[in-house]
Amino acid sequence: MVMMENRFLTGHSAQSGMTSVSVIAAMPYTVPKLTDYSADVLEKSAADLRAALKQEELSVQSPEQWKTFRDRWLARKNGIVTQVNELWLKSAPKGAKKLAGQTVNDLKKQVEETAESLRKWWETGQIQVVHLGVEVPAAALEAYALDKVGPVDISLPGIRRPIGAEHPVMKTSREMCAVFQRLGYSIAEGPVVETDYYNFEALNFPPNHPARDTQDTIFIAGQQSKPQRERLLLRTHTSPVQIRTMEKMRPPIRIVIPGTVHRNDPPDASHSPMFHQIEGLAVDTNITFGDLKGTLDHAMKEFFGSSVKTSFRPSFFPFTEPSAELYISCFICGGSGKRDSGPCRPCKQTGWIEILGCGMVDPNVLEFVKDNGYNPKKVSGFAFGMGADRVALLKYGVDDLQLFFQGDVRFLRQWA
Amino acid sequence: MKLSTRWIRDFVDLPVDDRRLAEELTAVGIAVEGISGSGADTVFEMEIGTNRPDAMNHYGVAREAAAIYDVPLKPLSAFSHQPSTKSASGAAFPISVEEPQLCPRFSARVIRGTRIKPSLEKIAHRLQLLDQRPISNAVDATNYVLWQMGKPTHVFDLDLLQGGRLVIRHAKKGEKLKTLDGVERTLSSEDLVVADAKRPVGLAGVMGGWDTMITDKTKNILIESAWWDPLTVRKTARRHGIHTDASHRFERGADFESTILSCDLVAELILASGGGEPAGDVVDVVSEKLDQAPVILRLAEVHRILGGNLKTVEIFRILKKLGFGLIPEGQAGVEFEVHIPSWRLDVEREIDLIEEIARLHGYDKFENTLPTYAGAVLDLPNAHADTTLRQRALALGYNEAVSLSFISHEDAEKFSAASVLEIENPLSAEASVMRTTMVPGMLDMLARNLNRDVEDVRLFEMGRVYEMQNGERAEPERLCLAATASAVKASISLSSLLDVSRKDSKSSPSELGAEEFRAFKGDVENLLAAFAHDQLTFDRETPEYFHHGRSARALMDGIPVAQFGQITEAIKNSRKLRQGVYLAEFDLEQLHVRGLRKIVYKPLAKYPTVERDFSFIFPDEVGFGTMQRAVRALRIPEMREFQPVEIFRGGSVEPGKYSILLRARLQSDEGTLRDEQVSVWSQKIVDALRKLGGVQRA
Repeated sequence: MVMMENRFLTGHSAQSGMTSVSVIAAMPYTVPKLTDYSADVLEKSAADLRAALKQEELSVQSPEQWKTFRDRWLARKNGIVTQVNELWLKSAPKGAKKLAGQTVNDLKKQVEETAESLRKWWETGQIQVVHLGVEVPAAALEAYALDKVGPVDISLPGIRRPIGAEHPVMKTSREMCAVFQRLGYSIAEGPVVETDYYNFEALNFPPNHPARDTQDTIFIAGQQSKPQRERLLLRTHTSPVQIRTMEKMRPPIRIVIPGTVHRNDPPDASHSPMFHQIEGLAVDTNITFGDLKGTLDHAMKEFFGSSVKTSFRPSFFPFTEPSAELYISCFICGGSGKRDSGPCRPCKQTGWIEILGCGMVDPNVLEFVKDNGYNPKKVSGFAFGMGADRVALLKYGVDDLQLFFQGDVRFLRQWA
Repeated sequence: MKLSTRWIRDFVDLPVDDRRLAEELTAVGIAVEGISGSGADTVFEMEIGTNRPDAMNHYGVAREAAAIYDVPLKPLSAFSHQPSTKSASGAAFPISVEEPQLCPRFSARVIRGTRIKPSLEKIAHRLQLLDQRPISNAVDATNYVLWQMGKPTHVFDLDLLQGGRLVIRHAKKGEKLKTLDGVERTLSSEDLVVADAKRPVGLAGVMGGWDTMITDKTKNILIESAWWDPLTVRKTARRHGIHTDASHRFERGADFESTILSCDLVAELILASGGGEPAGDVVDVVSEKLDQAPVILRLAEVHRILGGNLKTVEIFRILKKLGFGLIPEGQAGVEFEVHIPSWRLDVEREIDLIEEIARLHGYDKFENTLPTYAGAVLDLPNAHADTTLRQRALALGYNEAVSLSFISHEDAEKFSAASVLEIENPLSAEASVMRTTMVPGMLDMLARNLNRDVEDVRLFEMGRVYEMQNGERAEPERLCLAATASAVKASISLSSLLDVSRKDSKSSPSELGAEEFRAFKGDVENLLAAFAHDQLTFDRETPEYFHHGRSARALMDGIPVAQFGQITEAIKNSRKLRQGVYLAEFDLEQLHVRGLRKIVYKPLAKYPTVERDFSFIFPDEVGFGTMQRAVRALRIPEMREFQPVEIFRGGSVEPGKYSILLRARLQSDEGTLRDEQVSVWSQKIVDALRKLGGVQRA
């Protein structure tokens, strides 16, 4: 379809277009005889013809005018195209036939396309009018608007086909994993129903150790007859996957582990018996505490924004030493502890939010997988773990953890 | 845990105010979570890690502060009383330890002729600041010393101890002890007790006995300060469901060397308020020395783990301030023998020392670095397939949902045939087994929406179910898709309707249901289409919770991969669902095995398509699938498509039969099809359809 810009009017200029499109050529175009058949002359003559074609095309505003236009340009007898054929091609000397033929053919094709496109507008142009965002030929729009329906109310809401929304916790987990994937971390997974060995023992929680108390473990029934390390439970953290992966892969290793975990916490606004963690592990020669800090500082800036600051405070986990809790400057109040309406709740007015636990992998943990190349005298590493649900809660300002697990569409649609 | 800042400052002169102190203690891991009160009554709300019982008191925190600010820590005042020589017993109070491993040290001191009365104002006030209730000078003395320097002690009314001696032994099975909380307890033979000649008088390290407690009448007191085996204390406390300030500290390890000091501090307080005098020397039964072997610290290891360039002088300063001894003393070496102070049972290894150095140096002072990496980066094997499924479900308008992993026994039986993993300590009876199916969770979520007047609901969940397979646990992955009938209806586009008879019958519910089923089936097909297969077929083998007439099983090359359809009225009613719902369950294990369809480009057709329509009347028993198979069996290579266009029931069509308009699209890659050729194929198609019992309409 031959399209010329001034034929198309945007919604804004449509009205002026409708009233002003009535261009009548002062001097109707006639096909000149050629003085010679040089390339220059041919080109100049062809350009004149194209200009005339364009101008007359613009003046076409009704089916009647289109018929006139068609007859004037394409009539077998004495139409402009026929005239051009006679005057420019047939009378051309032998040496110039080739070029003249090409020029005439191109012109003929262009005229036909113009006529055809004008016809199509009359026949189908109306449909395009209702199609939002498509600009419509002025002439077509005018006829359509005046004769048929009138302009559409563009303020009416669009008919939206529903799109599904990603779950905020899953979205958070995927985005966080992606941050680490870009740093060269592979994704790893492991079973939710774990053995005591992987969930506790190999992570340096000896049997009867007080640190086990903090885990509020949910146990699988009927395990009493098994040795303690084989008893099944619901993993209380994603950390067992550290051991499972190190058993399979030799160092260097960098993994990020998303997964479901369970603890015996009755559900309330900030607790759930099921939640999600994102765990990370890097083991190599010469991994230092500075590397742990640098990696997590980078990850937090990428996830929460580059203006976020990090601070590490000593903590205790059986499977890391030194252990730390990572705080980030509150991305809600910017670290001031205050908001317009008063105190900043998420950071408890401290300006800092606790995001995750981390630390250097405890040599005792590496001892459990020493045979696969993890001699703690030769390699070192760091690990970290965070709650995806908690991060999502903070990031989106959700005030009730239970909303994540109820499938309430009014809630979920907010992420659409 | 609350601590008074004034009290901390008794032991160390600090150059900072309380707020600053709180921040800097927190930065070294002695977390101050909140500050309340003001002036001399300022109180810190502390959160001390379970591995640091030594810092769960004022002196311990003062020690940390002394290390932070590099100022001297004042010694705890020593005992200034001379034991009376005229005391009748004079000799040590007899104590026999029958379980030396569980009670390696037991110290005691006797005070005679004191009076029980309220504590001195200063003592009572300090305890109140910490939310501790003052009771009497003797009891408060033990409590005060516990909060002062961390060592739990106990006081007996000496005159109520029978037989003039104490025995540390295991309880006899069934032996009774009424503890200080007034509870009469039946003891186990694993409980360790402090007993007199006749009976238990205290649950070792956990709680004293009622019958020998201090009363207004008490005149003579025995102060006990022992070191108990942490595991024994923990087991006893758990067995009896008691958690006390004493057991909390003993479980985590008390200071072995502070038994005498704590006895003396308690005695000092009692004598100061109630008078009387110490009788005889302190008794100190040490059955076994606690082994705290020195630890070798190598500077190279410090740098390997921490990075950066910590100066040796800083390492020395930190360790010494915390009470560690270093040999050799000079800083020229590269390796040191570090002697561990008796209050730091948590420090046993080189890495523990490295943590102490990092902690006191300040974590935030270490430079942030990014490590280099030379390994491969892998995604999960099924990541692509799962992402594709998720994206398609989202594009089709399904919202991603997450439900809990627990279901009830009843639901597990109703909605799956798998053998369940039962939970030992479930939160409720409705959550007593691990889910073997996602269906109940999905139904609950749908019901929740419908009950809140949200009618158009589309949800999907991807995740694991949990089951026992041949005695082994398994966690197969599933995808569950669900939509309410109204959501399905809303998605039906007018142009895709096949059944035109509803125009006459005014939307008979059954006929709309057929179109709804097709609309939902389309979503199932859209998900399945991503996976490699030659043939996708459907049969009616579905579980009972699906409406038998409106559900199907999808098979890829004969292997079941999904089941879907409308839930039965019975389930709908029992779940109180306000409208019909459609569910689909996908076996991701099967789909993962197949993998995603390989996409191979096919050149676009060069020649025009020819369409031929066939209008037939068929008996209801003959479904479209039968016709499709029959026509496919003709093996016309130019047949590009064979689809139903319109279905009609009623009117001139007799009951039990229906009219169907079928359309074949034919096209050749070689050239434009000739009419004669198309006619031949058309006739074959007509013949094949007739053979199925169809009657061609004029």
